[in-house]
Parts: sequence; structure tokens; C-alpha cells
Amino acid sequence: MLILSLAGVTKTFGGLVAVAGVSLGVERGQIVGLIGPNGAGKTTVFNIITGAVKPDDGHIFFSGRNLTGLRPHRIVALGIARTFQTIRLFPRLTVLDNVLSGCHCRLNSGVMASLLRLPSQRLEERLVLQRAMSELEFVGLAEVWSSPAGSLAYGDQRRLEIARALATEPKLLILDEPAGGMNEQETANLMGLVARIRDRDITVMLIEHDMGFVMRVCHRVLVMENGSLIAQGTPREVRSDPRVIEAYLGQGED
Amino acid sequence: MAHFIEQIIYGLTVGSVYALIALGYTMVYGVMKLINFAHGELFTLGAFIGFVFLGTLSWGSYFGPALAIGLTAILVAGSTALAGHFLERVAYRPLRHSDRLAAVVSALGASIFLQNVIMVVWGAQYRAFNASLLPTVVWRIFGQSVSLVRLFVFLTAVIIMLSLYLFINRTRLGLAIRAAAIDQGAARLMGVDVSRVIALVFVIGPALGGLAGLLVGIYYGQINFNMGQMYGLKAFTAAVIGGIGNIPGAMLGGLLLGLLETLADAYVSGAWKDALAFVALISILIFRPTGILPERVAEKL
Repeated sequence: MLILSLAGVTKTFGGLVAVAGVSLGVERGQIVGLIGPNGAGKTTVFNIITGAVKPDDGHIFFSGRNLTGLRPHRIVALGIARTFQTIRLFPRLTVLDNVLSGCHCRLNSGVMASLLRLPSQRLEERLVLQRAMSELEFVGLAEVWSSPAGSLAYGDQRRLEIARALATEPKLLILDEPAGGMNEQETANLMGLVARIRDRDITVMLIEHDMGFVMRVCHRVLVMENGSLIAQGTPREVRSDPRVIEAYLGQGED
Repeated sequence: MAHFIEQIIYGLTVGSVYALIALGYTMVYGVMKLINFAHGELFTLGAFIGFVFLGTLSWGSYFGPALAIGLTAILVAGSTALAGHFLERVAYRPLRHSDRLAAVVSALGASIFLQNVIMVVWGAQYRAFNASLLPTVVWRIFGQSVSLVRLFVFLTAVIIMLSLYLFINRTRLGLAIRAAAIDQGAARLMGVDVSRVIALVFVIGPALGGLAGLLVGIYYGQINFNMGQMYGLKAFTAAVIGGIGNIPGAMLGGLLLGLLETLADAYVSGAWKDALAFVALISILIFRPTGILPERVAEKL
């Protein structure tokens, strides 16, 4: 069953065609890699899916709903969360507060309940606190919950971004270069983490330049070049596709 | 010495009012990076709405002072919040994606407009509150005379500020405001409805400013259509002293400015009071534009 599909999505910035009529589908429960040379339009595709950028043409469907033109916080509420290529935590807030900010959209209490501290709202706050702490345990950051997010090591900040995204209770998690800047040990841990996320029935879509990572973690790989999808398939199929080798693995790598 | 302590009490009272108004500037700046120049007029509006119920209708003589002030406070907060919301819709929201200077010009225009509306409705002369609203009780504390009205103004302002502080720091909605103040884009992608946060800030800030107007009316007994100009400027100064965008900073800045003013009034000269307040503003802008709080405490919002 397709959880996400794009139909003829196009986006131009000025005269530059960033995404040119991309159509793709993502199966529920899979880990899907999106690869391609720099400037191929991968991050723009992610920005379009999450509503940060509006496409000029085409449609995005998620669990049978048309997302096209919805505002970002509505898309999050429907179940798509993301992390960023360059870390965008709230550096001055604590680790826990960062994760709690992700829980925001799952709260029902309104302004008045919050101001009056009604019992229903207090119960909700307590449950949310437990959820946030369990996400921190899931990524292994529970001990540092009270530190400012900006003080964490780089790899830990990446994991905190994942915890914050998971706190929105997504059905689809989008990771933009999750292994970027990580050392080998951290990357190995990240592979385990991504697999455990998938085990929670969360579909994962990721952009990554570390080919070893992509080939080992992903069930399917999509390849973009100059704004178009040039190949897709299992890692093995993609690796042997002549167009991909020419466009991307050109130097006979692997 | 006794004189000095008396000045301190005066200063804290005036300062707590500045602090209350300053919170409105600082919250809006924190989230939108915009100085809401019409904020002083929302303060004046609060004072005049208080005047309608406590002066014109003299609710104090029907309900007794406590109930009359309580009811009036709710009506003042509600109507200035509504006015603030309307202001955001009409003057700022259409300009959210345009140049920042456009929003500043719009803010100045809104300020002039509101001031003139208040003048047309209530007239250009000074209006007097019901003078005998609060009984003129004076206590002697440590040899100092402290009047009921002064204590009332100070304590009310402090209670309102503490509630705001707890709201911002202890509730999820407060967290959404803090998150939006740091990175609107990331907050949006974490499911925070940033438009709603902005609307909320434009409801809370004006409500606080309106309540400050009511307190000034009760404290000084008379109000005027352009009083918001000077109070707005002073409160803006207080917000800058504490570091604009910083909530505890605005509270501290207000109290400090109040103290500075009354001490200048008592020991230098009344004529120099305002000049010294603005010397403080200019010095902070030149030497410590992030405000007097140290970096770690000086978190935006």
C-alpha cells in the first residue's frame, strides 16, 4: 500500500527548474532512500512534501489525502515529520523542551484550559511529559534531558532532532542527511536507530550521501538528477543501473 | 534616609507599571521582530475603558471598590485584547511577508489613528477617575507611610507578571511561543501553528498594557488621550534596558527605570527625570544593545 505519492510535482525558482515533474510512490513500512548529486532537487522534494515550499504544479497524496497547498503545521498533524540537513533545534531550550515542542500538535487543550490549569489539561501535560521522556530514551538521550540543546555534541543533536520529530507521532518520518557529519561509530548507531523506527511501523524516507549507509539501510532507492527521477528500485538494481552509474557513481565507485 | 526609602517605594510602583507595558513590546518583538508602536495607545485605551466604568458609570458606588475594580479589570483586559487582535489582523498580518520597514510604518500609522480615535470619542481634556474609589488608608511600615492605592498597584502588577512568567515557562502553549520566538520555520514543522502564536501574543500583550492603563488611572486619578505616548516610550526604554525579546528582562528593566526616574526626580531635578531616562536608553543601545542581563539569562522570551 502506498503511504505517500507524488504526481507530476514541479517547482521552479526564478529560471531554475529545481524539480521537474517528479512522480513517485513510497510503500508503507519501508525505508526509502533519495539520492542524487548536489543540486538534484532532493531537499526541495522534501520541502514540498512537508509544505515548506508550495509546488508550481502537481499533487502530493498522503494516506489517500491530498496535501497540496496545506500549511506545514497541518501536514505535521496528519503524520509527516522531518529533520533538517543543517540542524534546526531550539538551541536555548532544554533537550526535553525541544522534544515537548514536537508534542504540541497532539495536545487538545485550548488557551483557556491552559491558563486555568484545568485537571484535564494537567493530566494531558503529564502524559505528554512521559511520552517526551520515552522518545528521549528511544534515541538514548534521557540522561541529558535538562541540558540546553545547543550544548550537546553534534551527533547527539542529530539524534535529538529525530526524537523531536518522533514526538509529533508521525506515520512518515523524513530525514535530511541524518548521517551528515557523523563518525563511523555514530553512523553505525544511526543505522540501528533507523531500523528501530521502522519497527514502530513508521515509514522512513531519507536523503543521504553516505552510499554505504543507503545501500545497507534502505529497502528502495530513488535517484534524482537535475530535478528529475532517473531511476528507482532495490539498492542492488540501482547500483547496477547504467544511468545511475553515469550520473552519480560515475567514477566507477563500488 | 526615610526620604530615600520613600522614593524607592514610589519608584517600584511606577516601575511595575512600566514593566507591565514593556512586556507587551518585548513579547511581540520576541516572536515577530517588530516593535508595536501602537502599544502605547492600547495602554491609553485600557485607561479610558476603565474610566467609562469607574468614572462615568461610577461602578465603585454600586458594587463596592473590590468588585468594581475586578469587573472593570476583566472588561479592560478583554477589550484591549480584542483591539490588539484587530490591530494585528488589519495593520500587521497583511504585511507579514513584506519589508520590515513597511510594518514599522504601519505600526506608526496605527498609533496615530488610535490616538485620534480616543481623542474624538473622549475629548482632548484630562478626564478624572472617581477619586474616592479606594479608601485612603495609609499604613506605617518601618516608619514609612505606604498608601493602599500604591500597594494595590504594585502588588497587582507583580501578580500579573508572575502569572505570565509561569504561563510562558510552565505550559505547552508557552513553550510554543518560546519555540516560535527562536525559529518560526522549525516550529511550524514541529506542528506549531505560528499564526496562532502570533495572534496569541497580540492578545496577551495588549491585555497587559490595558491593565497597566487601568492601574495608572486608579493611581493618578486622571488620564488623557495622549498619555500613551510617554508611557509607551518609557516602557519601550524599559524593554530595551532588559534586552528586548526577554520577558524577565522587561520586568527588571521596568522596575529599574522606575527607580532611576524617581531618584532623579528627588535628588537631581524633576525637569531632568525624562532626560535621564532616555540617557539610559541611549547608553544601553550604545554599550550593551542586548540588555543588562548576562547572556545566559538573556534568552529571548
